[in-house]
Amino acid sequence: MPGLVSIFHRITGVAMFLFLIPLTLIILQTTLQSEAGFAVWQGYFNNLLVKLILMGFVWAFMHHLFAGIRYLLLDLHIGVNKEPAQASAKVVLIAGLVATVIVAVRVW
Amino acid sequence: MINKQPVGAHYGWKDWMLQRVTAVVMVAFTIVILGFFMLHGSVSHAEWQQLFQNQLVRILALLFFLATFYHAWIGVRDVLMDYIKPLWVRLSLQVLVCLFLIVCSIWTVSILWGN
Repeated sequence: MPGLVSIFHRITGVAMFLFLIPLTLIILQTTLQSEAGFAVWQGYFNNLLVKLILMGFVWAFMHHLFAGIRYLLLDLHIGVNKEPAQASAKVVLIAGLVATVIVAVRVW
Repeated sequence: MINKQPVGAHYGWKDWMLQRVTAVVMVAFTIVILGFFMLHGSVSHAEWQQLFQNQLVRILALLFFLATFYHAWIGVRDVLMDYIKPLWVRLSLQVLVCLFLIVCSIWTVSILWGN
C-alpha cells in the first residue's frame, strides 16, 4: 500500500505538470477574456468525455494532495511505524477516491 | 576556498523545505477555491470576471501559481534525477522543464493583469 501511494504520487505529479498546468492556464485565459470563450468551456464541461477526463485530473489532484499530507505527517515523525504507515496509506487511497466522488456528484 | 559538496547532510534541505511550504500554500488556496465553488454552484461570466478584477484575488492567485510552478520544478527535477541517468539528457530535460515553468509564470501574470 505505501508503495502504491508513493508511485501514484509520482505519476499524478508528473501528469499534472505535463497536462493540468497548461490546461488550467488555457481555461483561465479563455474564460476571463470574453463571454464567448467562457461559453465555449461551459459547453466542453457539459460533454461526458470531457467530464470523465476532468474527474481523472480531480482524482490525480486529490490523491497527490492527501499523499502529500501523509508525507508531511511522516516528516513530523507521526505514524512512521509499520502498522500506522500501512493504515495511513490505505486512508490516502480511499480519501482520494471519496473526494473525487464528492466533486463528481457536485458537478453532475 | 569554495567548498561545494555535491552530496552530504544539508545539501538540498532548502528545496525539501520549500517543497513543503509551497504545498501548504496550495492546500490553503485549494480549500478557498473549492469552498467558493461548492457554495456558489455555477458562476456566470460576469461574476467570474468580477472576481478576478479584485487585486487581492489576483495577487493570491499569482502566489498560488508561483508556488505550484516551484513545487513542480522540484518534483519533476527529482523524478528526472531518479530515472534519467545520462547526464546530458537529464540536463537538457531539466532545462526544458525550467524554461517551460518560467514561460508559465510570465503567462500567468499576463492572464491575471492583462485583461
